[in-house]
Amino acid sequence: MANEVQPLNLHTKSWSVKIILAIFSILMLILVVGPLVWLAVHAFATEWKFPSYKPTGLTLEWFRKVFEVQALKEAMKSSFIISPIVVLVSAVICLPAAYASARYNYWGRRTFLIMMFSANAFPKIGLFATIATLYYFLNLMGTIVGVIIVQVLGTIIYMTWIPAAAFASVPKNLEEAARDAGASKFRVFRTITLRMAMPGILVAMVMSFIYAFDEAQGTFLVGAPNIYTMPTAMYAIVETYPIQVTAVFSILLTIPSVLLIGLARKHIIGGQLAEGFQIK
Amino acid sequence: MSQQNEIGLELKGLSKVLGGRVIIDNLDLQVKKGEMVSLLGPSGCGKTTTLRMIAGFLIPDNGTVTLAGKDVTTIGPEKRPSAMVFQNYALWPHMTVFKNVAYPLKVRKVNKAEIEKRVHDVLGVVNLMHHKDSRPAQISGGEQQRVALARALVQEPDILLLDEPLSNLDAKLRVKVREDIRDLQRRLGITTVIVTHDQDEALSISDRIAVMKEGKIEQFSTPEDIYNKPATEYVANFIGSLNRYEGSYSNGQISTGSDVVGVRPEDVTFDSKNSAGAVEATVSLVVPRGHFHEVYLKAQ
Repeated sequence: MANEVQPLNLHTKSWSVKIILAIFSILMLILVVGPLVWLAVHAFATEWKFPSYKPTGLTLEWFRKVFEVQALKEAMKSSFIISPIVVLVSAVICLPAAYASARYNYWGRRTFLIMMFSANAFPKIGLFATIATLYYFLNLMGTIVGVIIVQVLGTIIYMTWIPAAAFASVPKNLEEAARDAGASKFRVFRTITLRMAMPGILVAMVMSFIYAFDEAQGTFLVGAPNIYTMPTAMYAIVETYPIQVTAVFSILLTIPSVLLIGLARKHIIGGQLAEGFQIK
Repeated sequence: MSQQNEIGLELKGLSKVLGGRVIIDNLDLQVKKGEMVSLLGPSGCGKTTTLRMIAGFLIPDNGTVTLAGKDVTTIGPEKRPSAMVFQNYALWPHMTVFKNVAYPLKVRKVNKAEIEKRVHDVLGVVNLMHHKDSRPAQISGGEQQRVALARALVQEPDILLLDEPLSNLDAKLRVKVREDIRDLQRRLGITTVIVTHDQDEALSISDRIAVMKEGKIEQFSTPEDIYNKPATEYVANFIGSLNRYEGSYSNGQISTGSDVVGVRPEDVTFDSKNSAGAVEATVSLVVPRGHFHEVYLKAQ
């Protein structure tokens, strides 16, 4: 038959197509993994300069250096203190809003959800500069509270939208069935709604953590020179230390994100999200 | 027997307006203890709304709901002595079959050993012991339905509410499950209200049927009565098929008149055109239906 549709099948593709696909895959790989490899090598290299294609030697000296400098240790400490607090504060503020938006059709609900984007819709530097003026007035400049507020601002979008979708995807009759079984409203929320929305909430928490952990602009503007987190300490490192220290610090900065994504992935793909909320 | 006169469920003057529309209009219903009653009607007739008011998910605008002698009109579903089986079963996907069935007992703070025993008993009754550690997504629709039933029965409710419990099952399974439900209901003697739009289901499963139309009960009687002595043309039409004549009926004959006469297809006999009361007709269509044929006639 003339009009028969040929199924797209990579196994029967001609050699030329296969080669082009392979080239693009390798280019993609270089683009994604290349910088990471470059970072990793630098972190352990005594020296690696153009046009040499390999470092002169390997060392752990740069790791020792990072953990030696008091300012960098301080920055790491504040990062690991501030980021979890930001996630918690954001969750406490946003999860009720997310639940309300998913379950109640209050007046202006749509507008409220769209407005969540406003903090991310404009160039952040303008927002932060304005906030800085406000902070001077409120004496929040250079304080932990100030930094937390600035970081929470950026996480709101994740903590509202993703959990709202997660709450909305819990079928109402599953909650009704629990009420019917004798559970109080709070118990229904705790054992059914929250439990079933948990994968979505975890994703939101991971994304918020990564955002907060990585936030530099606002944190620098309102935190410096009293408070440095890992990303803002980076500014100083780039200026004062050899490039290998920057590489080490970058790797340290990536570890929590990679770990969290790995954990969340296992939990989400292996959990009930994978089972697909199979309710007809 | 005293049970025959005891009232399991009483609805008095029930009314409900939803979205500006009168859904239930001054409805009365009395279900005896141990009785199985169907609420039958087309979609939008208010049968599900009625069930939701009995379960406690909706509070009536007017009237009272009495369950097992206790006025429950305004109290929440968690405090009512009723248990409901939802149309799509509403099993919790993150819990195993065992945990789904144990949930109502856990909420009531029953001790662990007793939970274990009662869940095992009820899973035995619905024949699902082999699936107790499965997740709802791993078992078939018919099995999910039985889990939902077990979750309701484990509460030992005074009244069991079934919301279109068979509509998600395929035809063959539907007949089997409805017989199982009926058998179980009789054995446990549990007062049951079942919502359905399927006349076969209602006729075969119920002690009495309440045929509903636009928020009111059109007729409330036994399946035999509903079929053989329908109170209104609506009921006669809704249950079974009907040949409709405009005219009067007397002495086995239909003559011209202003009334409406209904004749069940199975009561039509074939005879010569000269016999008394005969209507001359030609066959327009014959549909084989297995153990019987459906014959469409056109009167001359």
